[in-house]
Amino acid sequence: MELLTPGTGLLFWQVIIFLTLLLVLSKYAWKPITESLKEREKFIEDSLDSAKKAEEELVNIQKKNEELLSEARKEREKILAEAKTLSNSMKDDAKNNAKEMADKIIADAKKVIDSEKDKAMNDVKNTLAELSIDIAEKIIKKDLSQDSSQKKYVEDLIREINKTK
Amino acid sequence: MLSKRTYFLFVLLLFFSVNHLAFSAEKKEGEFNMGEMIMHHVLDDYRYEIMHGVIIPLPIIVYKDSGLEIFSSSNLFDDDHNALKEGYNGFKYDHGKLKPIDPQLSYIDLSITKNVAFLIMTSILMILIFVTVARGYANKYSVPKGIQSVFEPIILFVRDDIVKPNIGHNYEKYLPYMLTLFFFIFFGNVLGLLPAAANLTGNIAVTMTLAIFTFLITNFSGNKHYWKHIFWTPGIPLIMRVIILPIELIGVFSKPISLMIRLFAAITAGHIVLLSFIGLIFIFQSYGVGFFSSLFVVGLNLVELMVAGIQAYVFTMFSSVYIGLAIEDEH
Repeated sequence: MELLTPGTGLLFWQVIIFLTLLLVLSKYAWKPITESLKEREKFIEDSLDSAKKAEEELVNIQKKNEELLSEARKEREKILAEAKTLSNSMKDDAKNNAKEMADKIIADAKKVIDSEKDKAMNDVKNTLAELSIDIAEKIIKKDLSQDSSQKKYVEDLIREINKTK
Repeated sequence: MLSKRTYFLFVLLLFFSVNHLAFSAEKKEGEFNMGEMIMHHVLDDYRYEIMHGVIIPLPIIVYKDSGLEIFSSSNLFDDDHNALKEGYNGFKYDHGKLKPIDPQLSYIDLSITKNVAFLIMTSILMILIFVTVARGYANKYSVPKGIQSVFEPIILFVRDDIVKPNIGHNYEKYLPYMLTLFFFIFFGNVLGLLPAAANLTGNIAVTMTLAIFTFLITNFSGNKHYWKHIFWTPGIPLIMRVIILPIELIGVFSKPISLMIRLFAAITAGHIVLLSFIGLIFIFQSYGVGFFSSLFVVGLNLVELMVAGIQAYVFTMFSSVYIGLAIEDEH
C-alpha cells in the first residue's frame, strides 16, 4: 500500500521541477531544435523540388530540340522531294522538247527528201523521155520508111510512153 | 557435450542451494529480509544510500502552521545510521517514513527526498544534454554530429511517429510537452536502472503528476466536438445517450489513471524482479546461485532497458492519442 500512496513532497517537487524543465527545455532546446529541423527539412524539400524542376526543364528542352530537329528533317525532305519533282519535270520537258524537235526535223527531212525524190524522179523521167525520144529519133531516122510494121511498132511505143506519162 | 556440462553445473547448483537452504533454515531469521530490501530500494527515502553504509543526508522541509522548517535528515539518526527514538524537531524517522512525535500535528512534508534529489539530477542532466544538442543547430544546414546525432533521430521519431500522426495538423503546439515527457520518462527509466539510482519513474507520485498534466492538457484543449461526444453522443438513440454518458465520464478519468498505473507498474515491477534475483544470491549464499542469478540479472537488465524505451514511447503515444481525440475536427 505504501507503494501506491504518493508522497506529498515528491508530488510537489515533481510538479515544480517538471514545469521548470518543460519551460527551460522548450525555450532553450526544443524551440531551436524543432525550428532548425523544420528549416532544414524545408531546405531539403526546396532543393529537391528545384532539382526536379531543373530536370523537367531539361527534358522539355530536349523535347523541343528534338521537335526542331525533326521539323528541320521534314523540311529538308520536303525540299528534296520538291527539287526532285522539279528536276524530273524539267527533264521530262526537255525530253519532250527534244523529241518534238527531232520529230519535226525528221518530218522536214522527210518532206525535203520526198520533194527531192519527186524532183529526181521527174528529172529521170524527163531524161528518160528525152533519151527515149533520142533513141526513137535515131531509130526512126535510120529506117522509118523501110518497114511499115516497124513504123507501127514505133507508134505503139510512143503511145505507150505517152500513156504512162 | 555442452548440454552435459550445463546439466552437471545445474546439478551442482542444486546441491549447493539445497545445502545452504538447509543451513539458512537453521539460522535465526532477520539476517536478510528480502521484502524489506526490495521495498527499501523501490520506495522513497529521506537519505540517499549510495551503498551499504555510504549515506548522504538530505534536507527535510516541513511546512507547519508556524512556517517552514528545514533541517538535515542526519539529525534523525545516530552515528550508526539508526533512527533516533526521541527524533528531532518534533519528527522521527520510522521505517522510511517521517512521523510527527505529536500525532495531532498538521503539517505538509516537502522534503528533498531521495527521489526528489534524483529528479533534480535527472532534470539538470536533461537540460545540459539538450541545450548542448540545441547548440549543434546554430549552423542550420550542417550535418548533425556528436551528441546531436544521437538525439536527433529520437526527437524526429517522437515528432514524426508519435506526435504528428496522433495529434494531427495542430501538433506543433503540443510538441514541446511531448518531447519533455518522452525524454523525462526515458531518462528516468534508464537512469533508474543504474546502481545507486532512485526508482523515480516507478514512483506513483511522479507518474501521477505526469498523468495529471496530460489530463489537464487534454481537457483544456478539448473542443466542442469532444465535449459533445462525452455528454451527448451524437448519432445514437436517446436512451443510449443516457447509458453512454457515465461510461464516457469514466473514460475521461480512466485515461490518465491508466497512464499513471501503467508506467508505475512496469518500472516498479521491473525493479522488483531485478532485486529479487539479486536477493536470491544473499538468501542462498552460494556461488552457483550467484553465477546464474547474475547472468539472469544481466539479461533482465537488457529487457528493462527495452521496457524503459517502450514505456516512454507508450506514455507519450497515449498522451498524444488522448489530445488528438480531444482536438479532432468534426467528421
